Amino acid sequence: MDTSVSPATQTTDTPSAPEAPKVRARKVNVFYGNKQALFDVNLDISDRSVTSFIGPSGCGKSTFLRCINRMNDTIDICRVEGDIHLDGKDIYARDVDPVILRASVGMVFQKPNPFPKSIFDNVAYGPRIHGLASNPEELSEIVETSLRRAGLWTEVADRLDEPGTGLSGGQQQRLVIARAIAVRPEVILMDEPCSALDPIATARIEELIDDLRNNYCIIMVTHSMAQAARVSQHTAFFHLGKLVEAGPTEQIFTNPNDKRTQDYITGRFG
Amino acid sequence: MQNFLPIAMAALVVITLLAWFNGRTKAVASAGVHPSSLHSLPGYSGTYLAIWSVLPAFILLALFGLFGDLLLNLQMRQSLPANIRALPVEQVELFMRNARALAFGGTASETSATLLDTAKTYASLSRTSNFAVIGAVILLTIGGFLFARGRIGKNFRARNHVEAVIFGVLVVCSGIAILTTLGIVLSLLTESLRFFSEINALDFLFGLKWSPQTAMRADQVGQSGSFGAVPLFAGTFLITFIAMVVAAPVGLYSAIYLSEYAKPATRRIVKPILEILAGVPTVVYGFFALLTIGPFIRQAAEAVGLSAQTQSALSAGLVMGIMIIPFVSSLSDDVINAVPQALRDGSYAMGATQAETVRNVVFPAALPGIMGALLLAISRAIGETMIVVMAAGQSANLTANPLEPVTTVTVQIVTLLTGDQEFDSAKTLSAFALGLVLFIITLVLNIISLRVVRKYRERYD
Repeated sequence: MDTSVSPATQTTDTPSAPEAPKVRARKVNVFYGNKQALFDVNLDISDRSVTSFIGPSGCGKSTFLRCINRMNDTIDICRVEGDIHLDGKDIYARDVDPVILRASVGMVFQKPNPFPKSIFDNVAYGPRIHGLASNPEELSEIVETSLRRAGLWTEVADRLDEPGTGLSGGQQQRLVIARAIAVRPEVILMDEPCSALDPIATARIEELIDDLRNNYCIIMVTHSMAQAARVSQHTAFFHLGKLVEAGPTEQIFTNPNDKRTQDYITGRFG
Repeated sequence: MQNFLPIAMAALVVITLLAWFNGRTKAVASAGVHPSSLHSLPGYSGTYLAIWSVLPAFILLALFGLFGDLLLNLQMRQSLPANIRALPVEQVELFMRNARALAFGGTASETSATLLDTAKTYASLSRTSNFAVIGAVILLTIGGFLFARGRIGKNFRARNHVEAVIFGVLVVCSGIAILTTLGIVLSLLTESLRFFSEINALDFLFGLKWSPQTAMRADQVGQSGSFGAVPLFAGTFLITFIAMVVAAPVGLYSAIYLSEYAKPATRRIVKPILEILAGVPTVVYGFFALLTIGPFIRQAAEAVGLSAQTQSALSAGLVMGIMIIPFVSSLSDDVINAVPQALRDGSYAMGATQAETVRNVVFPAALPGIMGALLLAISRAIGETMIVVMAAGQSANLTANPLEPVTTVTVQIVTLLTGDQEFDSAKTLSAFALGLVLFIITLVLNIISLRVVRKYRERYD
């Protein structure tokens, strides 16, 4: 249940369900060319909860996030070492196809990036390439369910054939979340999902994240500590490419173990 | 007149330099001990003074160079003796030409007392006007210099004035381009109107037979001349179509390879090589079509039992297609590169492969720009002449068979206007009408492609 630095310190204090972590990273090192961006990151991330990564810019939190669905593979000079397990399976194993992996680990980016297609086609994109629907009715059903889950259905139900790029920023971000949900992922990665949005749109997305927590493992990078405190159950603090501290959000924000965490949270640097 | 202009130009350069330094010095002096209290940098004051000393005089000189002789001739014509002015136009022209030759050194075809007399007035008039212009130039230079020098000072906004002049120069330059285009269109229009006054416009646009030989003399037979432009446009479109069938897929696929799959090092080498194709002179492509592709097509066609000639629409179209590959690939490559990386990331994050991403996301996003590239390539293919002359022949066949020789609009324009021609027959004038229609077609294509490209830009910038 808990996000902890090593399996040894993992607590099983919840009596009902001592779950294995959904994502489990051991000794993850990442290099861009000769420059090392991440140093020996060990982290367990539990299912059906929100985990946020905080830390100053350039601390490696986004890099680590992109390791979890192997998006770093698309960058030529990037090299990843160490183990990352999803449900106990090594995602960097030779026989894992990153394309299949990304279907179960969805991702939402900082800037909403709907495709220049209709709203319907945007959401149907994933189900189509993975053959999730056997007939058009099923496809519309998936699209509707995904849009409903993303809290966008009532706003776009009567204009599904209009371009997704015509929506407002907050609607676009929810459209992108619906697009990610449509392929039925188990993990959803969010890279600063609200940094390009106004406060009202941000509140809606945060609400949505809180809803989604019941069905998915959500991992979120954020620069807003207030947001991390509001939405996440677990928080990991990165600094200079190292994972400094991870634990329940409440503990990180009220009683951090490391002085650097304390300094960052109280705004002394970063 | 002959060595007056170079001397004046040299003087202008010297004056420019002197004025620049003088203006600069005065500006510096006016600032006293605080150089930074000047409104404009001293160099601007120098430039301002130089502009005022030289530009007005230069404009006068340029006007004199352009229109001086014209005015002089007009003046002379007024002062010709009455008996000469009564002569027919050609003889007056001849008389004037002889007078000019006598006045400025040259060989006159005849001499007479009146002619010598006229030559003398001609020469003196020319001398007077030259002196008048020199005087005016000197006055303008000194006046401009003094006027501008008086204005230079600590608070004088020389920078703004200089920039206003630069703005004017920019406007004049763009005006030249626009005026030239307008002039070309107008000359096309007037000559075409003359053609359409002889030949019915509907016969021209929808006629099926092209044979522009008209009777030179009334007793010639069998040379009625028919100006149906349909075979020419059909030939043009047939060859353009074949060229695009070659260039569109090859260019597009190489663009996709270059922008999506190739490593940066490969791209750095391959892209310039492709662009070299655009730099090969079209006449060289013509050789290639005539000597290699043409015979090859004929042999291949005969091998499968078809009749074909060395000159055919197919051979011209194929080679033209190769020629315009770089237009398609280079422009499409730029357009595909402009598709935001965020869209690709979004697609990859959905678990799409690279090919699916290119097909479903990158290509549709770049499509408007790619359309623009294709339309530009089509206008290039329609306007191409040399390859067609060499590879497709000059016979105006109305056919859809690519193995037969055809001809295009541009080729016909060339053949109509080369060689000795009187310039008022329907035959030569038809070239202008063809040019006009071709111009309108390419103009429409260009407008469409620009529109499409602009729409694309609005979406992503």
